[in-house]
Amino acid sequence: MSERRPVWFLIAVSFIVSLFSCSRGSTQNEIIVAGSTSVQPFADRWAEAFVKGRAGCFVNVQGGGSSAGIQAAKSGAADIGTSSRELKADEKDLKEIVVARDGLAIIVHPVNPLRGLRLTEVKQIFSGEIPSWSYLGGPDEAITVVTREEGSGTRGAFQELVMGKSRISKRAIVEDSNGTVREIVAGDSNAIGYISLGLVDNRVRALELEGVKASEESILEGRYRLVRPFLFVTKGELVGMARDFVDFVLSPEGQDMIRKEGLLAAR
Amino acid sequence: MNKLERDERLIRLALLAVSFSAVSVLAVVTVFIFSEGVPIIFKYGFRSFLAGMNWYPSEKSFGLLPMIAGSLMVTLGALIIGVPFGLSCAVFLTEFSSKRLRRTIKPAIELLAGIPSVVYGFMGVVLLVPFIRRTFGGPGFSVLAASIILGIMILPTIISITIDSLLAVPPAYREGSIALGATRWQTTKMVLFPAARSGIVASIILGMGRAIGETMAVIMVAGNAVAVPGSLISPVRTLTSNIALEMGYASGEHRQALFATGVILFVIIMVLNTIANLTSSRKKV
Repeated sequence: MSERRPVWFLIAVSFIVSLFSCSRGSTQNEIIVAGSTSVQPFADRWAEAFVKGRAGCFVNVQGGGSSAGIQAAKSGAADIGTSSRELKADEKDLKEIVVARDGLAIIVHPVNPLRGLRLTEVKQIFSGEIPSWSYLGGPDEAITVVTREEGSGTRGAFQELVMGKSRISKRAIVEDSNGTVREIVAGDSNAIGYISLGLVDNRVRALELEGVKASEESILEGRYRLVRPFLFVTKGELVGMARDFVDFVLSPEGQDMIRKEGLLAAR
Repeated sequence: MNKLERDERLIRLALLAVSFSAVSVLAVVTVFIFSEGVPIIFKYGFRSFLAGMNWYPSEKSFGLLPMIAGSLMVTLGALIIGVPFGLSCAVFLTEFSSKRLRRTIKPAIELLAGIPSVVYGFMGVVLLVPFIRRTFGGPGFSVLAASIILGIMILPTIISITIDSLLAVPPAYREGSIALGATRWQTTKMVLFPAARSGIVASIILGMGRAIGETMAVIMVAGNAVAVPGSLISPVRTLTSNIALEMGYASGEHRQALFATGVILFVIIMVLNTIANLTSSRKKV
């Protein structure tokens, strides 16, 4: 029995080693992707599909927020930092890769006579400064403001792109998904909300902003303002498995996955 | 003989293990919620949690007062709607209806308890909310909508426990009262209600516990705004909704604050349960 032990030991060790090494033979077998909570669900999906064909590879996806992700990429704590906002001037020393884009649409009920709003008007509606449609030339009805829950990436982007330092009114109705926001706006002729552009359907109407129609084209032309990039941020050139992962994300397969989720492709 | 004894002991041990596993789940839940939630309560202070008006987790302000007020308002509303309905229904079924009618209606009411809360919520969104919006104005998602839905949801609890406690009153009380010339209603009001009081109170408290703990149906119809509601047609957020709504993306202190919400909810429900146990055990005296 004691003579057989080394053999079993070797088999066990080689089995465990094989579990933890990439089949491609690269030395690194785990990458850390950390940052934006809006990117996180998509990064999770990409990671899942990426490791499927690669036994022993791990992609560790973490949240923490865009700023934390950028910081992590800078310090080397993460191989890839993710961000759902543009890099600031002092962060431009990092390499950024746009992996997807997300348009935000301001939606109202189809019977709403309003065609479009200025950005400042949207801000005043959501902060509660404009309580009635009559201020905007509409009927004398209270505006039902619908927002997303605290912590949601969509809310984060809306806060950043529209609200700035102002707070969204405490009296606003809070729902926990794009779908329920759309559902409420579709059912209430006095409601206004914001959702991902890809999820707008004919039961609600996306408002023009500053005279620009909310559409994929106007985003591609750079005229529609409410759009946020989903970025992968790295320190220096990518190597090894991180390189493979980014290639996968930008491949038609990876881009198709996010288009199905209602996002815009990177290019 | 030996074998039988051994079997007996084995079965006893197995059953003991099963019962303890149920209790240990409670212990695990309690320890987990408290260990995650209590530290942040102490870090920011008990008062800022219980009395804070602002819930802006991204700015580190974790005031739960709007949600505590919301839970209490919605629960009170549910009781105002559910208790009179429930008690009247129970009295009718025990005192004024035939046995046959009771045998058909009571199971039907108990069936109400089996409808999943998401179905109540869906009915609320589709029927009740638009109705409130048209009739009373406002967004429709409101204290009123949540109270009505919860009032209906607690009916089975109130009705079936009240029926049981009315039926548990010794027949001699009823017969004696009738023999003295009291009408049925006088008998119910002056003899049966006082005799069955502890059971009725317990039914109301259990209904209250159900109302305060309900999540799904409330999220769907309450509107979830984080402000103390100014009227019955204003949107409102309860403690349970707060946890369920925000747990998806919450991390760090935001997540801990949600556990702290759980701690407060846990304490409220424990207090209610204890009161219910005390009042219903007094019945046997």
